[in-house]
Amino acid sequence: MATVRLYVTLKPSLLDSAGRTVAGSLQKLGFEEVQEARIGRLIELQVEPLDQARIDEMCRKLLANPVIEDYRYEVIG
Amino acid sequence: MRIAVIRFPGSNCDQDAYHALRDGLGFESEYVWHESDSLAGFDGVFLPGGFSYGDYLRCGAIAARAPIMDSVREFAEAGKPVIGACNGFQVLCESGLLPGALVRNTEQKFICKTVPLRAENRTSPWTSGAERPLRIPIAHGEGRYVCDEETLRELRSQDRIAYRYVDATTFEPTEDSNPNGSVDQIAGILNVRGNVLGLMPHPERAYSERLGSADGLSILAGFKAFLHAHA
Repeated sequence: MATVRLYVTLKPSLLDSAGRTVAGSLQKLGFEEVQEARIGRLIELQVEPLDQARIDEMCRKLLANPVIEDYRYEVIG
Repeated sequence: MRIAVIRFPGSNCDQDAYHALRDGLGFESEYVWHESDSLAGFDGVFLPGGFSYGDYLRCGAIAARAPIMDSVREFAEAGKPVIGACNGFQVLCESGLLPGALVRNTEQKFICKTVPLRAENRTSPWTSGAERPLRIPIAHGEGRYVCDEETLRELRSQDRIAYRYVDATTFEPTEDSNPNGSVDQIAGILNVRGNVLGLMPHPERAYSERLGSADGLSILAGFKAFLHAHA
């Protein structure tokens, strides 16, 4: 069985309002070096067998919305 | 006139829609469960607000892939009327029936208040009843409409921006009148054919003066025009 670790993130062109709030909070806590924070989603899939074309299909059909999100993934173990 | 009110797990404006259509307009409204795969005998579809599937993954994402949505897609492609309000708008965007997406409000807060809306398109059955600006409630955390530049150009040039958020006194769309950060102050849009309307405000919560506004009726009455078109 393979583990696929998927990262789904808002496209850079979109304002990430949750990320902006987190960055502001970090700055208020004294972490002034924080320029920006962006928040995404981590999805781990266990698959057997592994077919990367089908992983892409899963991302396109459900896991990521191409209008607002990018995705990438890595296969671990 | 029979309107299907689609129910997903987590829908919570389904009863409002049912009563607005029935008590406000005299239509026959009926609930249709999301696992159904038929809209036979219906003249219109209402996709209600709420938090379908707990907003898991993305708002409307799981609902957009429910069995009933294949029927809703066929229904829409046949030119029959479909409204999605709030979560229903999110479902329509996630299903590809409308372009763009709804993301978290710029100010992060859930916003629940009555806002002024102006009909931009003046010829659609969904907007032509709005002879003056409407007062309709919004209630959402993720209502910021976004789309790419090309889509925005198309929406403008094809007269598919149905409603904009406007200032309460000037009735002009301004930055200050934009409750959630939507691009171009967009509150609702139409599909190319004009039979599908998606909007974040809740017309079904404004069907009687006793609720604070009856302005939602002018939007929901749009269903009638399509019945005549298909008669």
